[in-house]
Amino acid sequence: MAEASTATATPARGQKRSSGRPDNLGLLLNNKLATAGLAIFLLIVLTALAAPWLPLPNPDVTAPADRLLRPLSEGHLLGTDALGRDILSRLIWGSRVSLAVGISATLIAAFFGSLIGLVAGYAGGRVDTLLMRGIDMVMAFPYILLALAIVAVLGPGLLNALYAIAVVNIPFFARNIRGIALGLSRREFVDAARLSGKSHTQILFIEVLPNVLPVIIITMSTTVGWMILETAGLSFLGLGAQPPQADLGSMLGDGRKILFTAPHVSIIPGLMIFVLVMSINLLGDGVRDVLDPRLKSGALTRPVARTAVMREDKPGDVTPSPGAVLDVRGLKTEFHFGKEIFRAVGGVDMRLGQGECLGIVGESGSGKSVAAMSIMGLVPTPPGRIIGGVALLEGEDLFSVSDERVRQLRGSAVSHVFQDPLSTLHPLFTVGDQLIEAIQAHQPLSKSQASERAAELLKLVRIPNPGERLKAYPHELSGGMRQRVCIAMALAADAKIIIADEPTTALDVTVQAQVLALLDTLRREKNTGILFITHDFGVVSTICDRVAVMYAGQFVETGTTEEILNTPAHPYTAKLIDCVPVLGQTERRLDAIEGRPPVVNNLPVGCRFAARCPRAQDDCRAAPIPLFEFGEGRAVRCIHPLIAEAGHD
Amino acid sequence: MTDAPLLSIEQAEKVFGGGRTLFGRPRPAVHAVQDVTIEVRRGETLGVVGESGCGKSTLARMIVGLDAPTAGRIVFDGRDLVAEAGKDLRRLSREVQYVFQDPVASLNPRKTIRTILEAPLIHLLGLNKQARAARLSELMDAVNLAPEFLDRYPHEFSGGQAQRIGIARALAADPKLIVLDEPVSALDVSVQAQVLNILDGLKDRFGLTYVFISHDLSVVESVSDRVAVMYFGRIVEIGPARSVFRRPRHPYTHLLLQSAPAPGRKALVSEDANTELPDPYNPPPGCAFHARCPRGTDVCNAKIPQLEAVAGDDSQRAACFHPHERR
Ligand SMILES: Nc1ncnc2c1ncn2[C@@H]1O[C@H](COP(=O)(O)OP(=O)(O)OP(=O)(O)O)[C@@H](O)[C@H]1O
Ligand code: SF4
Ligand code: SF4
Ligand SMILES: [Mg+2]
Repeated sequence: MAEASTATATPARGQKRSSGRPDNLGLLLNNKLATAGLAIFLLIVLTALAAPWLPLPNPDVTAPADRLLRPLSEGHLLGTDALGRDILSRLIWGSRVSLAVGISATLIAAFFGSLIGLVAGYAGGRVDTLLMRGIDMVMAFPYILLALAIVAVLGPGLLNALYAIAVVNIPFFARNIRGIALGLSRREFVDAARLSGKSHTQILFIEVLPNVLPVIIITMSTTVGWMILETAGLSFLGLGAQPPQADLGSMLGDGRKILFTAPHVSIIPGLMIFVLVMSINLLGDGVRDVLDPRLKSGALTRPVARTAVMREDKPGDVTPSPGAVLDVRGLKTEFHFGKEIFRAVGGVDMRLGQGECLGIVGESGSGKSVAAMSIMGLVPTPPGRIIGGVALLEGEDLFSVSDERVRQLRGSAVSHVFQDPLSTLHPLFTVGDQLIEAIQAHQPLSKSQASERAAELLKLVRIPNPGERLKAYPHELSGGMRQRVCIAMALAADAKIIIADEPTTALDVTVQAQVLALLDTLRREKNTGILFITHDFGVVSTICDRVAVMYAGQFVETGTTEEILNTPAHPYTAKLIDCVPVLGQTERRLDAIEGRPPVVNNLPVGCRFAARCPRAQDDCRAAPIPLFEFGEGRAVRCIHPLIAEAGHD
Repeated sequence: MTDAPLLSIEQAEKVFGGGRTLFGRPRPAVHAVQDVTIEVRRGETLGVVGESGCGKSTLARMIVGLDAPTAGRIVFDGRDLVAEAGKDLRRLSREVQYVFQDPVASLNPRKTIRTILEAPLIHLLGLNKQARAARLSELMDAVNLAPEFLDRYPHEFSGGQAQRIGIARALAADPKLIVLDEPVSALDVSVQAQVLNILDGLKDRFGLTYVFISHDLSVVESVSDRVAVMYFGRIVEIGPARSVFRRPRHPYTHLLLQSAPAPGRKALVSEDANTELPDPYNPPPGCAFHARCPRGTDVCNAKIPQLEAVAGDDSQRAACFHPHERR
């Protein structure tokens, strides 16, 4: 229960946290252009709504004596048109008509389009095919031609123009909404709702619709401007508003013939259309930015190609430990979201010898991946930055070399194998192309020689029928095969170290066994060092020589695999081992670790595990706990460890 | 043990695709589940293991009525579920519930936990407001969550908490059978144990029967009374968990167990050959495991082996012509 009261939003997502959800209007008003758009739009709408009460002359009464007065003339602020009607009055009444038509057309199109899209996306199968083919047919006609055809059939008139505009815009809504609804309908919560006893109609309108609503609103706000423009277009052609009624398009049409003698008659409604549509579009873009979560997270700033290094204290000359290919000291990596700092990695030392396999184990969010990705600068910046430490690859500090050098080393001296191999392989090139490129980057071979070598490598990683497989694209291979191709890439480049981040987590046990065996052979035969990240002690046992257990950004225990598994010194290590079932040991009681790891933007002063530790005492919480070495490569960050030799006294 | 099984699946089959397109062209068909016959006894936990794509989830969805089998019968407590689910899923959902693999994706992001948990109470049980409130606090207590959480949204929960809400939803209608499809696979190891322990407690407290699907052998071993091993849409071995895990008879079960890493186990046995599943659009004529099987002979390639008792031991059955002997 203790844990129950501490639920907060997921820590890693920076912004949403401090004060719950930021309110949408506030976000919108942050956007200056959108605010300007909103202000202008509101002004126009309010003026148009107030038209009956404003002291305006009747817009439709002609006065031939006063025809074509210039703006700012007596009694007619914006002048008069060819029939002597007051342009200001017609402009306001005309905007009223244009707005009403544009907005109603949007609502109608949104209603029917969304309904079609929702039903098609949710029902799928035949219904979907039928509805969408219908929509495709409507879309096959050029847009304005279709509108013209509809008006031609129904006859000119404002109402018919409205129908025409609405109809031609239905497909736009239907397609947008269908895509979203389709995705949502395959989500598990829809199945869950069915099993909760809801009918299809209830699911469609109670479960799916609320999730689609933001998209409908976005689509509406970005199309209403268009629709006003289209209405104006039809009226301009004489198919919309009929004389004497004014709307912005027909006013523009009236002024066309006298454009040179009395330009103000057409320029004024033209400007009005421009200002109106512009304000709506600015507002619409603002609304979209607020409602579209992809734009919310600051994803607009593209991350740079290499993690920013901002070390507070430049390390002096560090001599690498003898025999270490990779020697990382005091690595600190942070994420900055505004004022909040997430200390994902808080001082980590790693040493990796030739042909050695070091395992990093820990719960999700403990910083395993960030630590490993920092080495080659693969942590995205912003928000990531390396603020301390050195990473020596054969004596060369990876944090101070040039971008060019890092690019060279990535994929040659240091290879990565990730949980999802698709993130390493390029989807648009064949496996062969990618392997050949990796080989040629490393050795001066001709294309055909390289291709032969590529086939050899695939054979080495036990891919059946390698000659054929060279022509395959990554998506044509199964997960296990892709993972083996990634390993082949590492082989091609003669990598000195491989950083493997949960390489087998997504694989089935039999395939996992193969990939592990392959990595093991690789390090024995080619002397490649492997940094192996996993959460599975079983996997650790099969491949790792040494293990580092990570908790809340720090290593809490290091040692050989046997030592860690048989005589864990840190209470966390022991608990982590005890909470997983082990094959063949059914009697053992699973011991859950109560509570959750601390969020790394708000770390306790003392031991980071104290809140969950059964052995915690007052002194644990008083000051940071140092990593205490008590043997060759054996260390623990605990002042009341489980084994006596690790004791501080 | 009582006599009649709670659930019995008889020669269930599920084919995806097939039929014809709008223009009359035949569409390729995939047999996701073939000739599956299983009985689930009252109060037991039946584990189902197998690799991805072997048809575990499809089987699960058929049991809860989300997918209709193409052929075969599923009988629950003497009632034909398939016919029933086609007419009204609600009657079935009162008895059989489902816990999803992805705890967060199975909760509607725009609904509060209260709304989510009330849905089955309203639509399946027709409870009034007062009764619902009482039941809600009972449910939250059962999965060890504070009642304040009822008015929060799913994104505010960790994976383990979200899965406990998923379990509470499954419990809400007071079902007899719960199908758990990889309920802990998406969870962190430290949280896995919490959820497994809660499931264990609930089973006794509410007299539940579980069908527990997972690809993780050690998890299945720790929770199951009996285990069924699936390969390429078929059950290849079934029996008491202990004996299946100690003395696997089917070469595939054998391979699975040898491939599973365990703390302290040094080397794993790994196959040299292709580990790909056969092409589902072009299934082999005989045993689907033949291409990978070290014991395979010609007869395996010609005929499909049936699930049979091995060496007179009726509790454990394997679909293999040359099963491993009792050691
Ligand atoms: N809707 C579908 N349409 C076509 N094929 C499907 C569909 N659903 C499942 N299949 C196929 O049926 C087979 C079994 O799928 P299923 O999802 O049941 O496997 P699984 O064992 O649960 O896999 P995993 O562990 O990866 O979830 C696979 O070959 C899969 O591609
Ligand atoms: S230092 Fe104290 S709180 Fe931390 S792990 Fe050791 S005993 Fe537990
Ligand atoms: S039937 Fe033959 S091929 Fe299939 S598992 Fe048994 S021995 Fe192997
Ligand atoms: Mg599945």
